Amino acid sequence: MLSDIAVQYLPILVFLAVALGVALAASGLSFVLAKQKPDPEKVSAYECGFEAFSDARRRFDVRFYLVAILFIIFDLEVAFLFPWSVSLFEGGVAAFWSVMIFLGVLTIGFIYEWKKGALEWE
Amino acid sequence: MPATLIFYLFATVLILAALMVISARNPVHAVLFLILCFFNAAGLFVLQGAEFLAMLLVIVYVGAVAVLFLFVVMMLDIDFKQLRQGFVRYLPLGALVGAVLLIEIGMMAVHWPTMAGAAAQTPAPAALGNAEAIGAVLYTKYWLPFQVAGLVLLVAMVGAICLTLRDRGQVVRQNVSVQMNRKRSDVIEIKKVPTGQGISDGGMA
Repeated sequence: MLSDIAVQYLPILVFLAVALGVALAASGLSFVLAKQKPDPEKVSAYECGFEAFSDARRRFDVRFYLVAILFIIFDLEVAFLFPWSVSLFEGGVAAFWSVMIFLGVLTIGFIYEWKKGALEWE
Repeated sequence: MPATLIFYLFATVLILAALMVISARNPVHAVLFLILCFFNAAGLFVLQGAEFLAMLLVIVYVGAVAVLFLFVVMMLDIDFKQLRQGFVRYLPLGALVGAVLLIEIGMMAVHWPTMAGAAAQTPAPAALGNAEAIGAVLYTKYWLPFQVAGLVLLVAMVGAICLTLRDRGQVVRQNVSVQMNRKRSDVIEIKKVPTGQGISDGGMA
């Protein structure tokens, strides 16, 4: 059983190894081959007054977070539908209406967020 | 035994990545190592034949939850040096919580073989694929937890909107149908101006 699964997923494992190799080659070669002449002037503030480097931790709009949360919720909704798609004809009427109620509840939420304007950016 | 080798590969990377999550100085790096953890756990699930769970782990956790973690790390303007100061003070409490978890997991591992009833409730995965096995019971036998999950998602949606959505006022939104239905006669008016008299402010108000 264990080796059976491993054999089925061997192409994906090979794919992962190739992806890792390409990623390492891309970042490693650019590190090895690039001309590197560090100079303090290169990291000093530009003439226009911007700092060349600054902290990335700064407050940004909470709406990005809202979009991410709404994405997670619908992502989970879709995840619940995957087993349904392969067992649709075995579960019978009860399973069908069970999923329909589930979708209906989330559609209420969808209408709510649409009407509240949570999907609009500006 | 290549499968055993793959298992140890995934498990080793998983544990190393988990160690890096808690020891990385940069919280963004910690989240990236967490993503590596999720990927390796998905690999372990695949090795156990739980392909659907592996896919869920990649789609939901890597795709969404990790992004949310990154948002939280980047959005909160936290001074991480200040956070680190209480490390020694909170160490006993953290160690206590960790010990309780470890004991619980250990008890599960010891008593799992005797809890045959818990494992027998689901259909044998050998006969069905992983997703089919879940689909066979989730929507009918376990319909109540399924519906409750839907309600939880609804509450999460409404709660997130209530907490974060402010009315910004003064925001001009584009209304396409109003724009499309605008007629020439609604917005401009052509007047014949008599020479030397001008017009009153009619239409200019």
